[in-house]
Amino acid sequence: MTPTLQTESPTPAVAPAVAGGGGTSRALRAARSIAAKAVGGLVVLWGAATAAFAAQLALPGDRATVILNVRAGQAMKRTPEELAGVIEQYGLDHPVILQYLTFLGGLARGDLGNSYQQYRPVWDVIGEQIGATFALTFTAIVLAWVLMVVWVTLTAGRRPQVRALGSLAETVTAGLPHYWLGIILMLVFALGLGWFPVIGGTGLHGLLLPALTLAIPLAGFMGQATRAAFETALTQPFVISARMRGMGDLAVRLRHVLRHAVLPAVTLSGWALGATVSGAVVVETIFTRPGIGKVLVTAVNAQDLPVVTGIVVVIAAAYVVANLLVDVAYTLIDPRLRTS
Amino acid sequence: MTSTILESTTETDQRSGTRLRVDNLRVGFTKGGRSKRVVHGLSFELAAGECVAIVGESGSGKSVSARSLVGLTGAGAVVEADELSLDGENLLAFTGRDWRRVRGSQVGFILQDALVSLDPLRPVGQEIGEALRLHGWGDKSAREAKVLELLASVGVPDPANRARQRPDELSGGLRQRALIASALALDPGIVVADEPTTALDVTVQAQVLDLLEETKRRGKALILISHDLSVVARLADRILVMSGGHVVEDGPADQVLNDPQHEYTRSLIAAVPGAHTRGRLLGSQVPPFVSVTSRREPTPFAGPVLEACELVKRFRRPDGTAHTAVDGVSFTLERGETLGIVGESGSGKSTTARIALALERADSGSVRLLGRDWTSLPERRRRPLRREISVVYQDPLSSFDPRWDVARILEDAVGRTELRSGAARRERVAELLALVGLTPEVLGRSPLTLSGGQRQRVAIARALAPWPAVVVLDEAVSALDVSIQAQILDLLTTLQAELGLSYLFISHDLGVVSHLADRVLVMKDGVVVEHGAVTDVFENPAHPYTRELIAALHPLSAAPTTEG
Repeated sequence: MTPTLQTESPTPAVAPAVAGGGGTSRALRAARSIAAKAVGGLVVLWGAATAAFAAQLALPGDRATVILNVRAGQAMKRTPEELAGVIEQYGLDHPVILQYLTFLGGLARGDLGNSYQQYRPVWDVIGEQIGATFALTFTAIVLAWVLMVVWVTLTAGRRPQVRALGSLAETVTAGLPHYWLGIILMLVFALGLGWFPVIGGTGLHGLLLPALTLAIPLAGFMGQATRAAFETALTQPFVISARMRGMGDLAVRLRHVLRHAVLPAVTLSGWALGATVSGAVVVETIFTRPGIGKVLVTAVNAQDLPVVTGIVVVIAAAYVVANLLVDVAYTLIDPRLRTS
Repeated sequence: MTSTILESTTETDQRSGTRLRVDNLRVGFTKGGRSKRVVHGLSFELAAGECVAIVGESGSGKSVSARSLVGLTGAGAVVEADELSLDGENLLAFTGRDWRRVRGSQVGFILQDALVSLDPLRPVGQEIGEALRLHGWGDKSAREAKVLELLASVGVPDPANRARQRPDELSGGLRQRALIASALALDPGIVVADEPTTALDVTVQAQVLDLLEETKRRGKALILISHDLSVVARLADRILVMSGGHVVEDGPADQVLNDPQHEYTRSLIAAVPGAHTRGRLLGSQVPPFVSVTSRREPTPFAGPVLEACELVKRFRRPDGTAHTAVDGVSFTLERGETLGIVGESGSGKSTTARIALALERADSGSVRLLGRDWTSLPERRRRPLRREISVVYQDPLSSFDPRWDVARILEDAVGRTELRSGAARRERVAELLALVGLTPEVLGRSPLTLSGGQRQRVAIARALAPWPAVVVLDEAVSALDVSIQAQILDLLTTLQAELGLSYLFISHDLGVVSHLADRVLVMKDGVVVEHGAVTDVFENPAHPYTRELIAALHPLSAAPTTEG
């Protein structure tokens, strides 16, 4: 009965009829919002690609010289004849705007260009490695969710000592650096106990330690965000209602309370899908795993710009897809968001 | 009920129909090594088809007592009793598993306000079905059919569609019915209703009470808990009045209502506002009035202080359809007068109040304040007049900055431009506090630590700080226990008499309006369906909707009682 829009919403009995019978208008609105999000995603991709292209231009040094040096693997002064061939091949004498449009045109056709270093399409270079990275990232996020849900469900809203322990663990793990955690996990479980291979490989068995390295700090981070909402939800009357129906405490936490508490963690997961790629660079190095992280580092060191640009675009695409999924997850978790 | 329970039922109880025996129930809480007893000896017996009511203010121990009957008293609670038995089973010896078996199947619990007492993210059908599922009732399709049957049995039309909707998609009456259906799902012998009608519109309150009455008629044993004696008057066979954890009065309903023995019970009955309490105070004490020295002279003006002309406000619903929230509303408010606007949620009364406060722009029509243009002006030119009109909301907590203490809230309301020296502002604040009957002790406290009544007093002090001519009271007493509500109503009456204030009093409660207001507008769907002097409207309601509202009034506020 607080004087909010919700309670003052006119003739509430009519609203359900609209929600139930207005199938076509709801579908139309859904289609419109999906279209708007897709356009938004394209804008993000275009922005990322443009920024990557602009970065190429801003790099010091003559680009033709750079390309030749990358190919040869050594830095030296090039003759005009040598340069002319490269300039011709890459169209470096065209106006910048034309180069930019050529680049965008290629992107639109799915052509990311050729690697300076490896003489093959960037797609092939990325394609070989991206599967391993996505497997790692995806496993890490799933593990983080499992860890976080178990930990928060067991410790939130309990006795003060348990609660303090719960949030302390989250604060500590959220701050753990990947390189430190990865090395400790490797020392203990791979070298010490010998439970896991030291060299990661692509198998499921070799995936666990690298994924844990990414998952533990993420779980701590998500746990911090979830815990507050979880404890607020625990004090809500519907929790008592459920208990008074004969539901056990753990069941109430899992079936009712959790759903009210996970929205911040869902948002973080969308961010994490992109952010773990940077963590993947470290993890792939420690556990000697194949992956896009290593390709990126090598390409940046070697100034293999088409590869760098390609990876930037692919990561941006991953972000866009992740955030679309987050939006969908939001309305599935809290259907009230659909109507507002 | 399962057969094992019937076997363990004692024979005498079976014959007399006694379901629940509570003898000398004591409840305490231990926190940080210290224990505090909150219920000191509660005793009653409950038979099938009987209703026991426990009445008291918040903090009297009534809800804690009820929750101890299902083992959900809370962390650190210590429950003791000489006897606590349900259908012959000793509740004091129950384990967690026993409690879960009993909850829902033998004792159904109905809480206040289904908007938050049902999981807001799930369809109501799922919540009702959950009670069945937890106790292993039937298979999935049988449960789905049973849910629809239950919804139909509590008077929900079109149950198949309603079951798929969430509480926020249902009207207040329908979702409260759904909540009741979830408590009745397994046909429990005992139903506990803890403030089942508080915060609901009057007509919905009446529907809920009808439903509970029918439940009782079907042979359920009912425990009704409320702060308001008038709510339980219709249903209760026996009434226990609690105060400070003690039962101060215990007897048959007729006797407690008509011949109360304890002073506290008498004050609770006297606190119920209605037409019969017009023109007198609800409490036994006259709120002391402190004369104020710093008061600004009222702006001289002879005509109506507030004059609204043909207000229209349209909103767009989320699905894009237009909706007229306020449709051609006109009224005048004279100096020193109270104009009541009564109606249910969605009637447009709060929107009307917001337009009068110039917080919302009307699509057409205008409001004049002290004879001057008010809503038609741009905000910058309105500002000098702002101090002439102020507002008190239902829940002051959400309109206070939770990080500010009372002193800062009130000093801010006095204003830096009005009084430049800090000492003068503090002096004004002290005066305002005395005016609303608070001691300077509250100055350093956060509104979070104040009681509901104290908070509302602070809100009134804040509204009075600029010495306005008009105070808009938007459901200002609706969230308060009756006894506290009575104190605030008495305070408002005294302040009006002494300061010559004009009140625009918005409420869904016709009892309160008929106590306080001189004239009344009855609103429905954005339109004023009836208006006139309160006594006329109340005694000779012309519109069917007004008659419906009056019929829904509780017996204690509708008819003169013996308390004299």
